[in-house]
Amino acid sequence: MDKLIKFLKEKYLIITPVLLIISIAQIDQYSQLTTSGTFGSALRLSIPIMLAGLGGLFSERTGVVNIGLEGMMIMGTWFTAWGGVLFGPWYGVLFGLAGGALFGLIHAIATVSFQVDHIVSGVAINILAVGAGRFFNILAFNDYEYASSTASPIVNGQIGKVTLPFLSGGDINGSSTLNILGIIEEQNIFLISDIAGLLYGVTSNISYFSILALLLIPGSIYFLWKTPLGLQMRSVGELPSGSESLGVNVYLMKYLGVIISGALAGLGGAFLVLEGPSVYLEGQTNGRGFIGLASLLFGNYRPFGVFLGAGLFGFADALQLRSEESIHGLLIVVFLFLFILAARFIYKKNLKSGLICIVLGLFFLIWFNNSTEIPIQFVYFTPHLTTLIVLSFATQKFRMPQKVGQPYRKGELN
Amino acid sequence: MKIKYNLISLSAPVLALSLSVCITSLILIAIGKNPLETFALMYDYGTTGKSLVSIVNRFIPLYISAIAVAVGFKMGLFNIGVEGQYLLSALLAAAIGASFSVSRPVHILLIMIIATMVSAFWGAIAGYLKVNKGIHEVISTIMLNYIGTGIIAYLLGQVFNDEDKANLIPQTTPLPKTGQIPELNKLLSIEDLPSLHGFLPIAITLGIIYYLLIWKTTLGYNLRITGQNPIAAKFSGVDPKRLTMLAMIISGGFAGLVGMGPLLSYHHQYSIDFPAGLGFAGIGVALLGRNHPIGMAFGAILFAFLERSSQILDLRDVPKEIETMMSAFILLIVVVFYEIIRRYIVTQQIKEASKETES
Repeated sequence: MDKLIKFLKEKYLIITPVLLIISIAQIDQYSQLTTSGTFGSALRLSIPIMLAGLGGLFSERTGVVNIGLEGMMIMGTWFTAWGGVLFGPWYGVLFGLAGGALFGLIHAIATVSFQVDHIVSGVAINILAVGAGRFFNILAFNDYEYASSTASPIVNGQIGKVTLPFLSGGDINGSSTLNILGIIEEQNIFLISDIAGLLYGVTSNISYFSILALLLIPGSIYFLWKTPLGLQMRSVGELPSGSESLGVNVYLMKYLGVIISGALAGLGGAFLVLEGPSVYLEGQTNGRGFIGLASLLFGNYRPFGVFLGAGLFGFADALQLRSEESIHGLLIVVFLFLFILAARFIYKKNLKSGLICIVLGLFFLIWFNNSTEIPIQFVYFTPHLTTLIVLSFATQKFRMPQKVGQPYRKGELN
Repeated sequence: MKIKYNLISLSAPVLALSLSVCITSLILIAIGKNPLETFALMYDYGTTGKSLVSIVNRFIPLYISAIAVAVGFKMGLFNIGVEGQYLLSALLAAAIGASFSVSRPVHILLIMIIATMVSAFWGAIAGYLKVNKGIHEVISTIMLNYIGTGIIAYLLGQVFNDEDKANLIPQTTPLPKTGQIPELNKLLSIEDLPSLHGFLPIAITLGIIYYLLIWKTTLGYNLRITGQNPIAAKFSGVDPKRLTMLAMIISGGFAGLVGMGPLLSYHHQYSIDFPAGLGFAGIGVALLGRNHPIGMAFGAILFAFLERSSQILDLRDVPKEIETMMSAFILLIVVVFYEIIRRYIVTQQIKEASKETES
């Protein structure tokens, strides 16, 4: 019991909004908030962000800041389309991975071998990727119909999908089975149906690519924390000179980290293409590389944290795609949440913060009352705004790798 | 001694430019084009009178954007948000500026003040988040760019759209004559050429103001020492939080003027045609010019020249995007060279110092 109370106290900033959202979702108008459909697309939308975040994790754990993730992801999208158009979707995945890794290599050469400022190099890579994507596209697809300077032809063929049997009604030997989660979801029981909706959404009609991507989370936990190589890579981000003295090849580890980082970001790009419109489009990544980086901060440099962070952004993204009406419902969630925060602040005798929360809360209440929907242009930046809000609540307890962002030169003591 | 090192530093951009010309040539050969012909074509087209005017016009906002970025760079802050800052402020300045009319210099000044304040505020948000919430400015400014884009789309479509005319694309009401800066063509007697934007003198003045601010004031001194050695700066009595805030506000303030060149001297209204991407381009110029007012001027001219001269290539069946690649190569290579040269100079200085102590 004590443990539970402690847990609730520590995580109330996450638990309260979740409960509020579920409560609001009981109202018919806003039921889209927690349907399996919403969760299904939330998963699909969060995977590219998660892959980018995981990419950032590998790079930053070895001490290299990687804001070039966005560029590597762009390369991932283009190379995927290229490989996909030429040979088929799974080759596209490989091409995307390689394209991202190639740009990771460039970042590694600049930051590790030449000790260029990590952010400067990342910015340059992002600029290079935009130009390269368009240039390659014109070169490769010049003779194709339905291709332009900013869009590739369609990748034929798709990556297979699977639905879990019994729980979500998947097929076994061609005959369909029970759909237990689906049935529970339709009962509209508080909390239980919402959880069933979540599980149903993420277990039905899920592509093999998604499963592969999700497996990368336990995979990276195992790799980074349970294997000698993973330990070496992490040690380089904490104390490179110490690692060096123990015989770790610091440069090699950093190279490895940044290249894996690029490959993962490229994989994220591949997912965007193959699970999305099946073509490369300029601007397709739409800042997801950066949001991935934010999910890394949010997840406190841990794979599972990255997964949660990406899930949150994916959820915000899914809502804006699926139901503008539900986003309007979120206004009342924000209002209630701010009032709960205000009560807590006042209870703790922090009157100023309490008052700010009340004023902001009232603002959202008035907004909610005087409108029936949020302008579509505002809905578009919900994930980005969420990023800022979440980070401003979460940043206090960061534990980043000690030497992240600092150049290291062999033989230098730092 | 100092002159010698400055000369060595200057070799970096020259080397970077030559090396990226080589790489670009290789790419051109790979796609079956003659690099010599292509570059000759670019040079010929880029040096026509029309092109030169266009390059100068492009130089104006690019240079101011670089200054905005450089103010942050000087203290080690990365203001990636110049893009959002200048677009948002240009829209608001255009919309508010069109709603009143006073005599010309006052009107122009007021519009510029509005723009500066809006974008300084937008930059201050990132500063606040960094100082009080510990959010890295790269993340926050990038997110603010997206948020800004959304707000612009909303304001332009729903609030400021000039509904008097049947506009197919959303746009604000055009500025009255008093809010427009006249072209310089008559003054320079080049009336046969396209309009040369009258914002040019202001851009040059801003370069001088930037120089004075960074190298001749206490604030600038504090910015520079914080950028070079934050710990030493702290012990010398600099308040890093206050300084971060100030740097973001000043950087944002400069950013607000980026859009004023195109707005006041050419477009006279904000629409979706308003030039975008200048904020990101400015980062490249600041890096290339090493945050120095003269270096950045050269950088801005170089990038403006490349962009203009590549326009001819599409007509000759070479994708003009080769220019974007080339700019990115220049950027990537130049930062590597700067770093190599910096190390070289440091080693040389240590050697000299040890020689002096020995003798």
